Amino acid sequence: MSELKIARRTFLKIGGGSIAATAASALAPNVASAANTMDTSRTKLPYPRKPVAHVGGMTVNTPVSFTYPDAASPCTALKLGNQVPGGVGPDGDIVAYSAMCTHMGCPVMYEPTTKVFKCPCHFSMFDAEKAGQMIAGQATENLPRVRLLYDEKTGTVSAVGVEGLIYGRQANVL
Amino acid sequence: MPTDKDRIALPPVTAQRTNMTCHFCIVGCGYHVYKWPEDQEGGRAPNQNALGVDFRKQVPPLSLIMTPAMENVVTDRDGSRHTIMIVPDKSCVVNSGLSSTRGGKMAMYMYAADGITQERLRHPRIYLSDQWVDTNWDQAMALYAGLMKKVLDKDGSSGIVFSAFDHGGAGGGFENTWGSGKLMFTALQTPMVRIHNRPAYNSECHATREMGIGELNNSYEDAELADVIWSIGANSYETQTNYFLNHWVPNLQGGTLDKKQKRFPGETFPKTKVVFVDPRRTPTIAVAEQVAGKDNVLHLDIQPGTDIALFNGIFTYVVQQGWIDKDFIAAHTNGFDAAVQANQLSLDECSKITGVPVEKIQTAAQWSYKPKGPGQLPRTMHTYEKGIIWGNDNYLIQSSLLDVAVATHNVGRRGTGCVRMGGHQEGYTRPPYPGNTKIYIDQELINGKGRMMTWWACNNFQTSNNAQGLREAVLRRSQIVKEAMQGARGASTEQLVDVIYDATSKGGLFVTNINIYPTKLQEAAHLMLPATHPGEMNLTSMNGERRMRLSERFMDPPGTAMPDCLIAARVATTLRDMYRKDGNTKMASRFDGFDWKTEEDAFNDGFRRVGQPGVEKIDSQGGDTGNLVTYERLRVMANNGVQLPAKAWEGGKLVGTEMLYTDGKFDTPDGKAQFKPSPWPGLPKLIADQKGKYRFWINNGRTNEVWQTVYHDQYNEFVRTRDPMAYIEINPDDAQGLGIGAGDIVEVFNDFGSTYAMAYPVAEQKHDQTFMVFGHINGIQDNVTTTWTDRNIIPYYKGTWANIRRVGSMEDYKQTVSFKSRRYI
Repeated sequence: MSELKIARRTFLKIGGGSIAATAASALAPNVASAANTMDTSRTKLPYPRKPVAHVGGMTVNTPVSFTYPDAASPCTALKLGNQVPGGVGPDGDIVAYSAMCTHMGCPVMYEPTTKVFKCPCHFSMFDAEKAGQMIAGQATENLPRVRLLYDEKTGTVSAVGVEGLIYGRQANVL
Repeated sequence: MPTDKDRIALPPVTAQRTNMTCHFCIVGCGYHVYKWPEDQEGGRAPNQNALGVDFRKQVPPLSLIMTPAMENVVTDRDGSRHTIMIVPDKSCVVNSGLSSTRGGKMAMYMYAADGITQERLRHPRIYLSDQWVDTNWDQAMALYAGLMKKVLDKDGSSGIVFSAFDHGGAGGGFENTWGSGKLMFTALQTPMVRIHNRPAYNSECHATREMGIGELNNSYEDAELADVIWSIGANSYETQTNYFLNHWVPNLQGGTLDKKQKRFPGETFPKTKVVFVDPRRTPTIAVAEQVAGKDNVLHLDIQPGTDIALFNGIFTYVVQQGWIDKDFIAAHTNGFDAAVQANQLSLDECSKITGVPVEKIQTAAQWSYKPKGPGQLPRTMHTYEKGIIWGNDNYLIQSSLLDVAVATHNVGRRGTGCVRMGGHQEGYTRPPYPGNTKIYIDQELINGKGRMMTWWACNNFQTSNNAQGLREAVLRRSQIVKEAMQGARGASTEQLVDVIYDATSKGGLFVTNINIYPTKLQEAAHLMLPATHPGEMNLTSMNGERRMRLSERFMDPPGTAMPDCLIAARVATTLRDMYRKDGNTKMASRFDGFDWKTEEDAFNDGFRRVGQPGVEKIDSQGGDTGNLVTYERLRVMANNGVQLPAKAWEGGKLVGTEMLYTDGKFDTPDGKAQFKPSPWPGLPKLIADQKGKYRFWINNGRTNEVWQTVYHDQYNEFVRTRDPMAYIEINPDDAQGLGIGAGDIVEVFNDFGSTYAMAYPVAEQKHDQTFMVFGHINGIQDNVTTTWTDRNIIPYYKGTWANIRRVGSMEDYKQTVSFKSRRYI
């Protein structure tokens, strides 16, 4: 109880305009309510595992469209033909990205000759061979990279997560 | 902690919302700052978050911009922690909800002790013994003002030297130009002052001003109304991004035709054209071709430094063709005939000098000046920036360009204008400069002049011409003072002042850095004073269409950092008290008038007093109607502000000025625009000698994602990974011939210095021409710029020739940096 008193006093001193809310939460019973079923042991979002391609079915430098982590989020997988940082598969050359520009969500177009994703709205460009790095443009983030897992036994490439915030979302998993 | 940056806290509906004008480039996009207690979050339903957006489902493209870079958690001085989100304002007429890659990062560039800004200066620091020691303001002022007083008393003001900002936005603002200006010019009365980006106290626009035409004479809306837009030595997609994307692009796409028809009934409107004058194929040209179609884009890729010849050739040609406004010239100008005679240059000669085919020059002139119908002069807007301002030579290029624009009446009509595009935000209010001549300050420092040097919100170690020469001299002189200070063990502050003063009599220089970061200047500095940037103080600025806004303070500065105007006041009042203590009332009175408690006090003392009865002369971009503008009124006007000069406060709104000179009266004593003779002078000898001696032209400038000296960006992984070093674009064949590959480190060297860069071969670079990122802390391009300046001490930053050699290779760069073309083709 004495600890709580100190904590409360500190909150009152430093809380400024937010005293009420802060103090109220500090005074809440220190046990999980029965209604709260959230698993607080995890810091990662609950991404699904979703097969997106079979390595044998991928053609070098031909984009494979899929959605991930849900149907409203278009993505593109690529077998680049040369090993790249973050690439998976037998040749370390398979990568996947969100197909929405991180600036304003316009669909980015893949250009096979340069291996670049280009946004027609405000002309941002992202390098498929450099982890989605913005080459030039108005985004403040590189293209979100879909984390891939390659199963050697089956040749299946599965999406298991996304690094970077997908455009138009508060969190990647809705 | 989650590290995937795959979610973001939403502002609750109760979040505080304030206005912020982007503090980086001239354009000044409007943003909203949301701030709320860290332990709260808004919900995904539209009625649960302050953005009013439904995040329960995928938000469609072009709805909003909200990225992880737009969020941060900040701690105020009372210890309270808040989440902030800084997102573009859709109702701002400047950007209509667009953000650039620079402004979109403002939130993460606000101070957080554990954030990327953790290197911010939080307290004054003094270099004592052989280390930086934090101190308080009283101690710092006792030393700084104490030394100033000693110099003033012994030598007068000329021993006190400054390099200071003169602009708005971060490291500027009307409050801060006034505070620093009043200290330097009214109180200290020193003429030994240069401006942040040029080595004297001078204008970047002498010629146009002398011709009676201020350089910011139209509105961004005029780019929507123009028939033809000229972009001269500017790369606006990368450096005035949302002016280009939100106002030029719609016109180039034909999207503003309705607006034109309504505004100018009866006129014909051919497809909008754009003409670029630039030796380099810039990323902007590539984008313009996408949006306007290649047939409507002309690129006059002149030989470096030949702009004057180009405009003289065009001027001669349009006069011959009669594509000029004779009535306007007769009624509203002086000096036309003399300019025609002096600037006489045939198209053949023009083509020979510039390297641009005659037909191309003719086409550009036809598009831009040939009447589009009976009595219908095209509305042609001319814009220019650093290619001219840092060109060969500033004064004459502006003269030759303005001669064309004035003869064709492309000023003072909507859809026209002859304007600079601008670099920083603007925000100038200062007492007149206390001198009759322009002093080349860097050369004074190199030649051993001055006892105290203060760099104020700028960093010439990375951004002055002949930077290596300057740095070497300053470091050598600084070291003399450092050694004297290190030897003064146990000295009181008063004794230290004497020790430092003696050291400055032996060639030493006492260096102070007033800034938000230590920067490279810490290598020379003895004292650093922590300043603030927008958001930590209330700050007013205006943009390239003279649109003035108030960026509101929403958080505390780090540590004991203060706005520059209040730092100036602190210095002044310390000196006043020292003189009072001496009984020297005459000197004490020079430091009166700094009793400001807040930045608003400084604003009211400077910007708002201009032109009021009995007030001394003040140079201000607000003019004599600055008094109409108050913080309260600017809050009402929010992110749309008011275009200066303000005309009235009516119906609860400030009324401003969209375009200057619509009445045909110009800023000359008789109100007539003045033509200026500007015959083609060739390259300056010093430059021509370098060109004869070294193979590569080292063109230089900014790149999109990097702001200025990389002062924030160097700590940001997003930018640092992309631009770990200044890159140099080079023709692939030239690179191959020298054994240089992408990502290799090269040395760039000439008679003035040597620097290093990361090689970036691109097909768009011509043979023997390069483009190097300017200002970068890792690879200082200005090491190789020359000492040459024009008659007003404006350097020719763009006029550098050097040799290049391969030094080695960085595997890390080759792995992580993209070397694909930055041009959207």
